[in-house]
Amino acid sequence: MNNNLRKFSSFMFGLLAAMVLLPGTANAKVEGDTITLGAAVSLTGKYSTNGMHTKNGYDLGAKIINENGGVVVNGKKYKIAIQYYDDESTPARAAQLAERLINQDNVKYLLGPYGSGLTKAMAPVTEKYQVPMVEANGASVGLFTKGYKYLFAILSTTEQYLQTAVALAADVNKDPKKVKIAGAFENDPFSQDISTGVFDDAKKFGMKIVIDDKLPPDLNDMSATLTKVKALKPDLLVVSGHAKGAALAIRQVSDMKVNVPMLALTHCDSADIIGKFGKAAEFALCASQWDRSLSYKDKYFGSAEDFAKLFEKTYDYAPPYQAAESAAAVLVFKDAFERAGKFDPKSVRDAISATQMETFYGNIKFDETGKNIAKPMVLYQVQDGEFKVVAPVKWANAKLRWPTPPWSKR
Amino acid sequence: MFDNFMILFDAPVFSVDLLINGMLIGAIFMLAAYGMALVWGVMDVINVAQGEYVMVGGYVTLVVVKLGLNPLLGIPIAALVLYLLGWLMYRTVVYRVVDKDVFTSLLATFGIAILLAQLTNQIFGADVRSIDTELGTWFFLDDMVTVAVIKVIAFALALFLGVVLWLFLKKSRTGQAIRATAQNARAARILGIDTHRIYAITYSLSAALCGAAGSLVVMAWSIHPYIGLPFTVRSFMVVIVAGLGNLPGVVLAGLGLGAAENFAGFILGTEFQIAFVFILMIVVLVWRNRSLRRKRKYLK
Repeated sequence: MNNNLRKFSSFMFGLLAAMVLLPGTANAKVEGDTITLGAAVSLTGKYSTNGMHTKNGYDLGAKIINENGGVVVNGKKYKIAIQYYDDESTPARAAQLAERLINQDNVKYLLGPYGSGLTKAMAPVTEKYQVPMVEANGASVGLFTKGYKYLFAILSTTEQYLQTAVALAADVNKDPKKVKIAGAFENDPFSQDISTGVFDDAKKFGMKIVIDDKLPPDLNDMSATLTKVKALKPDLLVVSGHAKGAALAIRQVSDMKVNVPMLALTHCDSADIIGKFGKAAEFALCASQWDRSLSYKDKYFGSAEDFAKLFEKTYDYAPPYQAAESAAAVLVFKDAFERAGKFDPKSVRDAISATQMETFYGNIKFDETGKNIAKPMVLYQVQDGEFKVVAPVKWANAKLRWPTPPWSKR
Repeated sequence: MFDNFMILFDAPVFSVDLLINGMLIGAIFMLAAYGMALVWGVMDVINVAQGEYVMVGGYVTLVVVKLGLNPLLGIPIAALVLYLLGWLMYRTVVYRVVDKDVFTSLLATFGIAILLAQLTNQIFGADVRSIDTELGTWFFLDDMVTVAVIKVIAFALALFLGVVLWLFLKKSRTGQAIRATAQNARAARILGIDTHRIYAITYSLSAALCGAAGSLVVMAWSIHPYIGLPFTVRSFMVVIVAGLGNLPGVVLAGLGLGAAENFAGFILGTEFQIAFVFILMIVVLVWRNRSLRRKRKYLK
């Protein structure tokens, strides 16, 4: 028994030594004519719905590039492949998988996971190994204050999400100084960043903040906050708490018949508030990174609408913005490889940092902290069972319906 | 915080709103806590999968609605399905740990909890789901107090189930056997009670109660695969505060906890809602310990 144990442990040691000592190739994960990107995405756990949108976006991005001649570096054609792992929606697992992708699988170019929390967990790892990561779903502004050099985000950062809504409230109300604003934000990095953006702007306009509630992550009932809303009658109620927060807000505002002239949310489309709540969702304002009606285009997907149609044909559902931005992230890598002309992570990183391109998702140009500064957020309103862009004015395809009538008249 | 407190004085109508909405969600905690108290008292097992049974009950109701049936039918169906699930879990897992120490059974039921949450996630996805019963909302006092009809149904049903369970335990042969097993399992066995059967019934009954609760949750609020834990924690708290084997206490503690939580959320802000409930629990425990000590002194 003891002998067996010893044999077993020496075998394990040997295995471990082999794993550590096996040398990686210099141009790791460019084998033959294939460039392999790595990604840890939430396929199970609480982010699995959005994780799936992310993966579908990446896959479609890679597919389109491969079908259109692939990546051409120094005259040679390469195909893009993506190696996935499931991060189980937990930050610790995401960090582990980043290590695994880089050290064991020798992947030197990473695509981001879903969500700010998981991106926060992975970024220190990619930074440590100096591996560039282009992410499409970590919007927390806190990611870009740490001086990371290898992290690039193609989406607008959190503080911008609902600033448009605040500006809109200031615009439609006669005296912005008399506007009362109420906020209920989940107690997580993403939503708290949004809250900072909203309240900073509210202060600039001289608005009065009457409620600032932090919703606990496991909250299933926000009736206490909504009773407060009934009492204090704010002109704008802002709620953010991922898909769960959006669903909860719509459900309970209509159940409790809370009358508020303007209600602004995040994650309306991934929560599918129109499909699930129908009429109760009318008049709600929703922050979005992207919309199919916007007039951006590129030579791979065509226009935003073309992308949406292709996505629908491939996956049988309309693309939420999480899928669109993920597909665009793959385009950024393609563009960077071609401009870098070589595959070492440092050169690729520098090429990404110099990116300046137009995609179906929007323009992409990174500032020195790695966030995209060339694309604005848009604001939807639910009108007659459809999302219509109402702000900023440049992209609007419908007029804002304001104020929301009281429930007795809806 | 003080401002919020003053609102309640200036406009007492909001206290009514808070109280009612709090008690309505308290009724759901009460149902889940009922089951937990039962299993804990009879089997000496702390079932941390309680909240997951609530969650599965909600999903069963979703399936019922998808099949085109009335959502209210989901309540008995969910209870039945969860009874079977509870029985299955008892026969495969729980019976192995029922006589072991409390940590073994904690771990085993924790395992069940994870299994159920992940399975549900695999089958139904992680989206937040809810069912609109289209029963509407009642308004009182100038529209300031609003009560969704489904919540009232949930409340009434929770109380009704409570009474039925109480009668069942008091009057029926099986109920008497359950109580006998709770008091002294060995003596009950000697007197010819099949305690393993009693355990299986108790555990399944607890799961069925959760199933009914979950069905109400999906109609009155919303569910997703990871919603179990808050319900487990709440029912644990209700049982602790009520004291083991005190079913009327469970009713009071459940309703009181729901209301207290809502008031705390209003006055202190939602971020302190759950913290407040935990502090309340500690206060209750310390207070109870003191009064018990006084009683012990008296007995001496």
